[in-house]
Formats: sequence, C-alpha cells, structure tokens
Amino acid sequence: MTEMTITANTAETASNQKSTALRRQRLNDVIFRALTRASAIAVLVLLGGVMVSLVAGAWPAFSKFGFGFLTTEVWNPVTDQFGALAPVYGTLVTAFIAMLIGVPVSLGIAVFLTEICPPFLRRPIGIAVELLAGIPSIIYGIWGLFVFAPVLQRTLQPWLISTFHHVPLLDNLFAGPPFGIGMLTAALVLTIMVLPFITSIARDVFETVPPMLKEAAYGLGCTRWEVIWNIVIPYTRTGVIGGVMLGLGRALGETMAVTFVIGNAHRVSSSILQPGTTISATIANEFSEAVGDTYTSSLFALGLILFFITFIVLAAARLMLMRLEKKAG
Amino acid sequence: MQRYARRKLANRIAVGASVGTTLFGLCWLFLILGTLLYNGLAGLNLKVFTEMTPPPGSDGGLLNALAGTLIMTILGVVIGAPIGVMAGTYMAEYGRHDKLTKVVRFINDILLSAPSIIIGLFVYEIMVVWMGHFSAWAGSVALAIIVIPVVLRTTEDMLLLIPNALREAASALGAPRALMIWQIAYRAARSGMLTGILLAVARISGETAPLLFTALNNQFWSWNMNAPMANMPVTIFQFALSPYEEWQQLAWTGALIITFSVLALNIGARVMAARSQKTS
Repeated sequence: MTEMTITANTAETASNQKSTALRRQRLNDVIFRALTRASAIAVLVLLGGVMVSLVAGAWPAFSKFGFGFLTTEVWNPVTDQFGALAPVYGTLVTAFIAMLIGVPVSLGIAVFLTEICPPFLRRPIGIAVELLAGIPSIIYGIWGLFVFAPVLQRTLQPWLISTFHHVPLLDNLFAGPPFGIGMLTAALVLTIMVLPFITSIARDVFETVPPMLKEAAYGLGCTRWEVIWNIVIPYTRTGVIGGVMLGLGRALGETMAVTFVIGNAHRVSSSILQPGTTISATIANEFSEAVGDTYTSSLFALGLILFFITFIVLAAARLMLMRLEKKAG
Repeated sequence: MQRYARRKLANRIAVGASVGTTLFGLCWLFLILGTLLYNGLAGLNLKVFTEMTPPPGSDGGLLNALAGTLIMTILGVVIGAPIGVMAGTYMAEYGRHDKLTKVVRFINDILLSAPSIIIGLFVYEIMVVWMGHFSAWAGSVALAIIVIPVVLRTTEDMLLLIPNALREAASALGAPRALMIWQIAYRAARSGMLTGILLAVARISGETAPLLFTALNNQFWSWNMNAPMANMPVTIFQFALSPYEEWQQLAWTGALIITFSVLALNIGARVMAARSQKTS
C-alpha cells in the first residue's frame, strides 16, 4: 500500500517535472521569438529614427532659408548665411567623375576574373581587389594628401592644363594652377575606393550567366570579346547597373578620404582642378566647430540632402539587383 | 579574311584592356600598402604601444588611442552583434516568408551602405545633445549601428544555407523552435556567423566619420565612458593634418597599425568562411 503511493507519487512528480520543463521550453520559445522579432523591427526603427532626427535637425535651416538653401552658393558662418549649392555640386561632380573612370575599370577587372584569368590566380587576385575595400577610408585620405596629390600636381595636372589650354570648353574644365588637391584628386581617390564594390558585384552577376549560353556563342565562332559584349553583358545588364548604383552610393557618401584631398572651398567652379567641397566633407570639417543654431542646423540640412540622394540611389540599386535575383532563382 | 583579322584584333584589344585594368586596380593596393610600410615602419617602436599621445613638438606613443579604439570597438560589437544576430534569426527562422522580413532585408541593405557620417549625425542628435556632452558611449553606439547591418546580413545568409532536413529532424524529436535554433541552427552556422562578426569588427575599427562628433578625441588616458575618449582614427586624422613632424610620424605609424590589423581581420574572416564552406 505505502509502496504503491510512493510509486504513484514519483510518477506524478516525474510527469509534473516533464510538464514544467515543457512549459519552460514553450515560454523560452515565445520569449526568443519576441526578442528576434523586436530586433528585426529595431532595424526599421533605426532607419526611421535616422530620418526623423535629420529632419528635426534640419528644420530650422529649411524654415529659415526655404528652397533657396539648395540654390545658394554662399556659406558664411559670420553673417549666418548658408547655402548648399557648392557642397551638393562638389558631391555630384566628384561622384560622377569617379563613376566615369571607375565603372569601365571595374567591369574590365570583373571580365578578367570571370573570363580570362587562369583558375589558380582567380582567388588571390579576387581577394587582393576586395582588400582595397578593407582599407579604412582615412588611410586613402592621408595617402591621397601626402603621396597622390603631390604626384598629380607635378604630372597629370600640368599636362591637362597645357594640353587643353586652347580647346574651347575643355580649357574651362581644366583651368587654373595645379594645386594638387582639388575635385579631380578627390574623384580619382574615390575611383580607387569604388573599384572593389563594383567589381565584386559585377563578378558575381557575370557568374550567373549559364555556361551553355556562352558555349553556344563560342560554338558559333564568336571571339571572347564578342561573347562578353553580346552574351554576358546583355544577360547581366540589370545586375551590373545595380552594382554601379551601389558604387555610386558609396562615392556620394564617402567622407574621410574626400575631406583630406578636396580642399574644402565653398564655391562652385567650372574647373575640376580647383578645390571644392562635398556634403560629407563639409559636415566632417565643420560640425564640431559649428557655433549657433543656424550653422548646426544647416549642416544637418546638408546631411538630410545627402541621405535623401543616397537613399534613392541605393534603393534603386537594390531593386535592380533583386530583379536579377528573381530571374536567376 | 579581312573581317576575321579585324575581329581578332578587336578581341586582342579587349582582352589586353581587361588585363590592363586589372593591373591598374591591383597597383593601387600595393602602392598604398608600400607607402604605409615605408612611412609607418620608421616610427614603429615599443614607445608607440607604451606611451600616451604627446603634446605637440615632443615624441610619445598611441597607447590611449589604441586602448580607446579597442574599448569602443568591443562595446560596439557587444551592443550591435546580438541585435544583428537576433534580427537575422527572425528573418531566416521564424518569419522567413513574412512581409516584415522582406521590408527589413531591403532597409538593411540600404543601412549597409548608408554614409557613415549620417550615422554620426544621428547619434549626435539622440545621444550627445541629450547627454549634453561628447562621450565614449555615443561613439560605441554609433559603431554598433554600423555593426548591425553587417552581422544581420551574414547571419541571415548563413542560416538560410542550413539544410531544412536538419531543422525537421530536431523538430521531429520534439525540440521547440528556440531549442532547435540554439542547438542545431546556430551550431551549424557558427563559423559563418563568426565571419560576419569579424568583418564587422574590421569595418568599425577603421571608421572615422561616425566618431568625429560622438566620441570626439582625447589627449589623455581615460576610462570614463561618459567623457570623450581617444581613438585611433580621429587621432590619425588630427595628427596627419597637423604641422608637427612628430605628430605626422605617429599618424603614419598609427595608419600602418590600423590598416594591417584590419586587413588581417579581413583575411582571417575569409579563411574562416572558406573553411566553413568546406565542412558543410
């Protein structure tokens, strides 16, 4: 009799233990699920927070200067007059030149890596190019200022000035004394910095081309170049454009490297050899020294403009890459 | 025949151009690393690691900057990585086909390449203004915000690579979702997820822009998380642009240290990723 109660008791406690263990597990599951979901939502909140804080910070400047903020060149902390034209101009021009040189070079490297390179070299060269993306941007900055700019000042810039001296239009583009630093130098440093980004995406999308397509073209007697130009590029066009936009997003927002070499002059000049400024360089240079609400707020307004431009560029890039993924998968 | 020759020539030019662009791209890596070695090694000695940043015109080291970078990088990862890992877990495990997952993936990809100076402005607005002063906390939070998208992306990618049969086996044994994720999914994806965290560390240890007006900089040794803290990138920035020779030398040496640590982290992460692909 007593023995039976004891066994019944132990059985009961055992099943009790089991059900508490199960309940605990279920509770764990609910908590963990809620935590992970909250973290995912936190990412959205983060982006929303960035937007709201930028708008809030920029509000005084926009309400004071209105739309004129975008079209005014003056940037004068003494008289409290601020306009975004020069930094916006500098940002767009440097990024445009960087793309002009960077895109063909990146595509060339990507073609080399996927179509021409002997297999045993593919990995080391690919890693070497990607390491360019690993170098911190401040390193590009001091290298650009102390090594690259003096070289440009002695070689490329005098050559550009003397060669295009008598060519109409181009003489404006390459006018002025060779400073070394300036918009062209910033654009060239940016070119080197966007290479790895565009290259790695272009390489990835080039690899999605079905070998069958390429082999069929080779079978018809196409040369390597004809296969690349007529098969690979058309097949991957959307992806390549996505990669280029991603690189553009990087070039637009790059801060430290540009801050070192652009010269930080708030003016719009037609010559790309002249010093200029970009949005991010202006913020980096002036923010911690900005005195007064209008000054700080104007810098926030610049930040908001930059955020707006890069958001559109990056969103377009992602949409294009997503479209390609759908096609591939 | 003439046409054939022309096609062959075009091909040769294109292939030549492609090889040329590759050499062009690679030469910058070696030029930059070469410059760093040439200029940085001259000032590399024990003092760099044992002495504080000097006042202008005298020599010293980078100890406080190195320590500050280490502290803020670690804190940034400690704050950012769990959020990234958990968000990635939700997207790959719980809500794989949710609308939320799609939206977060899109937004995260944008955050991944958003200009880091904007992150600095954001943290300035929410922390520095609110606390009333620059602080190491603000710097760590700014770095954490950069860590999140990197870790989230790799965590999701790595978890999606795990075969569903593994998950189903665990569930068939009666394991609840959370237990299955901890015991099975995380273990299978461990090296891939670690790779992501290493890449995030590499990314933030050289970041300058978000620290400029959050952690600021500090000439002295400081443990106080509520005060500005010295760090390598901002120190390099200030010293490189200064007119003092000793400071410029320290900037080059610091640049050398930071670059090679970051590149070592990058290569380490790659080796780990390659190894994890082999085992799975």
